[in-house]
Amino acid sequence: MAKMTLEQLKKLREEKRGDLVRRDVEGKQIQIIVGMGTCGIAAGAKQTFDEIVKALDEYGIGNDVLIRQTGCMGLCYVEPTVEVVMPGMPTVIYGKMTSDCAKELVRKHIVEKTLLNDHIFDRPAADIVNK
Amino acid sequence: MHYALGDYVLDIAQNAVEAGSAEVRVDLDETDEAFSVAIEDNGCGMGGEELSRALDPFYSDGKKHAARRVGLGLPFLKQATEQAKGSFSIVSEKGKGTRVAFSFPKDNVDTPPLENVPALFLSLLCLPGEHELVIRRTREGGGRLLRYELSRRALSEAAGGLERGDSLSLLRKYLVSQEEDD
Repeated sequence: MAKMTLEQLKKLREEKRGDLVRRDVEGKQIQIIVGMGTCGIAAGAKQTFDEIVKALDEYGIGNDVLIRQTGCMGLCYVEPTVEVVMPGMPTVIYGKMTSDCAKELVRKHIVEKTLLNDHIFDRPAADIVNK
Repeated sequence: MHYALGDYVLDIAQNAVEAGSAEVRVDLDETDEAFSVAIEDNGCGMGGEELSRALDPFYSDGKKHAARRVGLGLPFLKQATEQAKGSFSIVSEKGKGTRVAFSFPKDNVDTPPLENVPALFLSLLCLPGEHELVIRRTREGGGRLLRYELSRRALSEAAGGLERGDSLSLLRKYLVSQEEDD
């Protein structure tokens, strides 16, 4: 590791501050939750997470959406999984959300408010609870 | 009890801050032969009588810490340097400030270990108060040289304060990186 300068420290602080704003819950109605259990990470959930963050910034809604990670959602066969909670839309768990689908997820679900039908998967535990 | 040289540095620097100093300077030099430390402040300072009492472990004026009956920072340090055949000096002038300097030879069995330097500097930077703290660190030996200077104000501004957990984690990263050779 090279010696860090004060300028680099300032820059790093700004970056971290951006991360904190993204993870701040205050006043945010829309949540994107990425499954990051071992299964999710092995299937590329980290890359998906990064791409979602990038897409949110591209659409200028990075500060309005809370993005966070969680453990395995029990859908290991369709990892990476992403849950989206948004007012006016059903809460959905999307599966097979590889990094190349991330932009589409943000555009369709968050911006255009339409579902990505090919990626919708149910949550088994919720089905059992709701019987 | 003191386990590392860093504990003594922290003790004396805390004294300096608590003496109402606007500026405290800490120099930490390390060579293949010795550790040398100088801590200088522009706080309230001590007169002759007060200075001799400061080295008495069984005396405390009770002003800074009302519940304490002993003041062990300086006496412990003096004792440790004598034991390790190092050096110790204290110069102080009432109303002007104090300078404490000491050194430990590295080859003496009683010389305490240095401690994790970034962790020590982080503790020094986090001593509460509005003072400026300048830390100068030099390590020379084996044909390699490490030298850097830290300013509490500049770091606080760059890291976004010294109270927040996220700032401290950035600061820790910065301090660890400074220990890389030039």
